[in-house]
Amino acid sequence: MLLISKVETFYGNIQALRGVDVKVNSGEIVTLIGSNGAGKSTLLMTISGVNKASTGEILFDDQHIENLPPHEIVNLGISQVPEGRRIFSRLSVEDNLRLGASAYEKGKNFDTDVKDVYDLFPVLKDRLNQRGGTLSGGEQQMLAIGRAMMARPKMLLLDEPSLGIAPKLVNQIFIAIKNINKQKKVTIFLVEQNAKKALELADRGYVLVNGNVTLEGTGQDLLKNKDIQAAYLEGGGKK
Amino acid sequence: MKKNFLYSSIKDSLFTGLIALALFGPIVGLRTVAKNEVLVVSPKWFIVLVIVIVCALGRFLTNLYIYNRDQKYGIQSTIGKSITNFLDTKGTQIALSAIIFSVIFPFLPFTDRYLMDIAIMMLTYIMLGWGLNIVIGLAGLLDLGYVAFYAVGAYSYALFAIHFGWSFWICLPIAGIFAAMFGVLLGFPVLRLRGDYLAIVTLAFGEMIRILLLNWYQLTKGPDGLTGIPRPSFFGLPFKSFPEEGEQTFHTFFGLEYSPMQRIIFLYYLILVLALITNLFTIKIRKLPIGRAWEALREDEIACKSLGVNPRNTKLTAFAIGAMFGGFAGSFFATRQAFISPESFTFIESAIIVAIVVLGGMGSQTGVVLATVFLIGLIEVFRDFESYRMIAFGGAMVLIMIFRPRGILATRKPTIILHKKEVTK
Repeated sequence: MLLISKVETFYGNIQALRGVDVKVNSGEIVTLIGSNGAGKSTLLMTISGVNKASTGEILFDDQHIENLPPHEIVNLGISQVPEGRRIFSRLSVEDNLRLGASAYEKGKNFDTDVKDVYDLFPVLKDRLNQRGGTLSGGEQQMLAIGRAMMARPKMLLLDEPSLGIAPKLVNQIFIAIKNINKQKKVTIFLVEQNAKKALELADRGYVLVNGNVTLEGTGQDLLKNKDIQAAYLEGGGKK
Repeated sequence: MKKNFLYSSIKDSLFTGLIALALFGPIVGLRTVAKNEVLVVSPKWFIVLVIVIVCALGRFLTNLYIYNRDQKYGIQSTIGKSITNFLDTKGTQIALSAIIFSVIFPFLPFTDRYLMDIAIMMLTYIMLGWGLNIVIGLAGLLDLGYVAFYAVGAYSYALFAIHFGWSFWICLPIAGIFAAMFGVLLGFPVLRLRGDYLAIVTLAFGEMIRILLLNWYQLTKGPDGLTGIPRPSFFGLPFKSFPEEGEQTFHTFFGLEYSPMQRIIFLYYLILVLALITNLFTIKIRKLPIGRAWEALREDEIACKSLGVNPRNTKLTAFAIGAMFGGFAGSFFATRQAFISPESFTFIESAIIVAIVVLGGMGSQTGVVLATVFLIGLIEVFRDFESYRMIAFGGAMVLIMIFRPRGILATRKPTIILHKKEVTK
């Protein structure tokens, strides 16, 4: 479904991605783990078109998307939940959701789509008229995911959904991600620092180090891998 | 701890006094007078002393009574909060009564020519404020050159009306379209800029338009300005005291006595309607996808991109639509004055409009009205004391900044609140 080959991305002179190859099949949950500054968020931003790849190809459903502007990529069916949630804090929860829907046929199906989001995150229904900024961190994350789902994506890019959220809510969010994948048949590409949780959830995983993919395999294999245990799980995955 | 605070605020006030001395000492204190054909310095230290004491004392009092309040609410005063609450709950009633008041205003017993002129001027600024509010308040693009669109509207109205003899109602939309085109023209180069850099470029744009008007003599008559701009007619009926043979004018058609006030009242209603259209448009568009996209763009551009909002088109429409209303206001200005010159479109006009939007509380429509009435009203009240006008204007701004730092009607809640510093031993 998504095929990334030899992608390199720069910030000015600094090279963040050094020829990344990643493949995501339809219906999968694929996770990308790595330490700070490995280039995980850059890869997501490059897929969604916010950052541009200087070389390499990104194919989505056999269509080149590496040179498309972000709004066209969203219309093709890739939605991103950006790192740090980035909800519109001074707009109401409803307006946040409506903004997410603006990509898919100008929000014509808002009423039916929003019900699906409520099924995923019932708490949002009670907060509809509240300003986004008044929600708790976990609720904001739910809103950010719900907002991305309003665009009816075929594929959802999630950037560190567990960042800065209470552990109890992290579980809820991971369950919701699984539901999105299983019930809504949305392919998930998940970037996480919480490597243990992410690998447990994922069908397959990639490890990104300094802009290079160093390891790939099924979630279970990676969990058992000695190097990964030493580098990411001993400290980061502690619960 | 209380004592500590007192001590530090005294120190702070003395420092303020020192700055005031450094500023006002040379500006106010040293005055050169010609005495026996020689330039002599005549010091005025007493006035400087008064100013310094006022500054230091004012600083001391604000320290004690304003910044030392309950820190949980930041520095938003309790009075201010109750005003905001009152306006939140009674907002529609207040707006309605204000509209009713402005509709009957021309026929109130105390209304005279002078008050009408002020009211028309205020409404022009309110309309400009509402127009700029689209750009600054909704889309979050700080535009310091808004007067450029006002000028484009005024000049395009004037030129079309003079050279082609078209009526006000034809020229008005043309002027708006022209201004919108200039909005897009400004919008394109500044797409990637934001914040301070955007402010600098828009400021320069405003000046460029003014200098262009000043120097393109063949078209704009430069500093001489354009004269003889046709007055608006009441749907084809002109306002004239002595109609030509067989010509219908406003007063003959309605069988009234001629009075110069008729045209003034007509102009008043014209700008009132134009301003209300601007307001209605803004209120409506906030609920539409494009208005929501503007507000989202103000909040977070990257999130917008990742949601499939096209930031280029969104910004350009904000510039264009804001500029269009500036252009409408400009053509009204031209038809009211019947004379325009680049003098009327200096940076200070932009500054006043931005001040109205910012002091009103960015994004708040009612705030724009309050700020206009406050600032323009203040300037008018001080008209007789010409040299003190700017002092009053500056003073008013300082007061608003102290008491309502987020604008008279702050829709913007603080994202970060300064907590009281822990005193470490």
